[in-house]
Amino acid sequence: MSTTYLEAIREGLWEEMERDPNVFCIGEDIGEYGGAFKVTAGLLERFGARRVVDTPISEAAIVGASIGAGLMGLRPVAEMQFADFITCGFDQIVNFAAKCRYRWNAGVPIVIRSPSGGGIHGGPFHSQNPEMWFVRTPGLKVVCPATAYDAKGLIKSAIRDNDPVLFFEHKALYRKIKEDLPSEEYTVPIGKAKVVREGRDLSIITYGAMVWTALEAAERLAEEGCSAEVVDLRTLMPLDRDTVCASVRKTSKALLLHEDTRTGGMAGELAATITENVFEYLDGPIVRVTAPDTPVPYSPPLEEAFLPNAEKVIEKARWLHRY
Amino acid sequence: MSTVHASGAEIHNAAPAAGTPEAELAHKCLHYMLLMREVEDRIERKLYRQGKVLGGVYVGRGQEAIPVGSALVAQADDVLFPTHRDMAVFFIRGVSARRVLAQYMGRVDGVTRGRDGNMHMGDMSAGVVSLISALAATVPVAAGVALAMRYKGINGVAFSYFGDGSTSRGDWHEGVNFASVQKLPVVYICNNNQYAYSTPLNLQMACANVADRGPAYNMPAEIVDGNDVLAVHEATVRAAAYARSGNGPYLLECKTFRMTGHSAHDAAHYVPQGLFEEWGKLDPIVRLEKRMLDERWAAQVELDEVHASIARVVDDAVAWAEQSPYPDAATLLDGVYESQ
Repeated sequence: MSTTYLEAIREGLWEEMERDPNVFCIGEDIGEYGGAFKVTAGLLERFGARRVVDTPISEAAIVGASIGAGLMGLRPVAEMQFADFITCGFDQIVNFAAKCRYRWNAGVPIVIRSPSGGGIHGGPFHSQNPEMWFVRTPGLKVVCPATAYDAKGLIKSAIRDNDPVLFFEHKALYRKIKEDLPSEEYTVPIGKAKVVREGRDLSIITYGAMVWTALEAAERLAEEGCSAEVVDLRTLMPLDRDTVCASVRKTSKALLLHEDTRTGGMAGELAATITENVFEYLDGPIVRVTAPDTPVPYSPPLEEAFLPNAEKVIEKARWLHRY
Repeated sequence: MSTVHASGAEIHNAAPAAGTPEAELAHKCLHYMLLMREVEDRIERKLYRQGKVLGGVYVGRGQEAIPVGSALVAQADDVLFPTHRDMAVFFIRGVSARRVLAQYMGRVDGVTRGRDGNMHMGDMSAGVVSLISALAATVPVAAGVALAMRYKGINGVAFSYFGDGSTSRGDWHEGVNFASVQKLPVVYICNNNQYAYSTPLNLQMACANVADRGPAYNMPAEIVDGNDVLAVHEATVRAAAYARSGNGPYLLECKTFRMTGHSAHDAAHYVPQGLFEEWGKLDPIVRLEKRMLDERWAAQVELDEVHASIARVVDDAVAWAEQSPYPDAATLLDGVYESQ
């Protein structure tokens, strides 16, 4: 039976709550209502209000209370209703949670789940990709799954991790993609990228919903005789530099793709990683396809122009292939 | 502490009320207030000026009754969240003056092994959580600790310390509201020392008292003489019993005065003439000693010996801390994550 990306996350949560009595969920409207996107639907009935804690509209309290519970040995899974609202808990995440271990050797084993990303006409405050705020904060781990399989395997690993993990769920994928998941238990390790399509001519390195854009572009590029490899980072921090560099060594060309805005985006860090490590393998300039440096606009023609898509990737890939 | 008790027994005849529970409590309070005063004096007036403590130095001079009177109420399973004016909390929870001084000097034997300085330290094995510089950030974390206590069936209380300025912050209100909604076992201990850096109370809040914020959260709140350690202790006993019984959080506003600038580099010219002198007459250590003599809980000779023994303890601690090495720069990258 096929499982959607959303159901996969719920299954991961459910299994971890069954496995470990210290795991609990905390957030806004996650109990009886099941969460704004229904990821936590059914958890309250199964696990009760002690382990599915509805909170006031207080992101700082949600994250802060998770930190406190984590310091006491529990494993809270906090939900931000939208990733855009994570700003309200920012100090708790980057100044409190991220620095506890380094400063005073106190592990903070918390997961912060955040529905992120555009393409759903959510406008400037329901569409953002805030992952880089956290990628550049030492002490945090940042995970951005693209598939149902990885979403389930990574949420389970995130819950078992002894450091704070930011788990970005792309909301446009929630019900759009599905696949058959193994019936036996599995996890997906944090910090490991995956080559999701083998190729020879260039590497498209990406993550999150853009993995699907990259695969669509690669399929059409193949018809033109351009063999594109697609690397799904899966985890942004810690970054799997080895897999990135191995792919570039093989293809000698890199197209970096993300839905996040351009300046200070993941592509910049990837470009530096590639030039520092495998510069001599490059047969062309490193190319970026990203959203522009604007807020996420609401009106359909504007949002469409904002978001990267297969057409934009193909255009850049053709240029890079010919270079 | 053993020194204090031993000498108390020796001069029993001179102080007929010594050995009563009140006297024992007073002795404990005096010990920790003096220890905090002496350690902070060495740091601010000596080690900092000698360049052996770098960066910022913030002391709780004149406010020692608040951490001492309250933290002595805490039980083994309780968890405390001291601010930078609450050093005595560490001593009461068993962290030595040696390690605290090494912390201030950035040495490897400091509580954070040189990773952070001054009162930026914590130790979960002692039940003490580290502050961060945005002080009210600990308030929601205290709610989480209290939530975890209830979750795990621990009959504990979180002691959440903050100043008057913190109560203007959004995370203070979020944390207090969440704890109140969930009826969590938290005792809030406000050190109202009337200044947040240079900002006086009338620019900090429109209500007369921090305690006035309590009713908005359906939370009992009382105003305490923050320079009377026994009054702080008595109020904290009441507050902790209330919280521990499952009634929800309880707020204590301890009124006091910051007898220094915000930090060692702040001469506090903005404080009106006369206030330091006026509050100096209410020094909590002087008041406790007078009370101990009046109640015949101790004789003067015994108080003198307590002062002398504290000085010896701190001499030893300073020497020990100065012997502690600086951390090896090769450890810079260690401990950002559990495994890396």
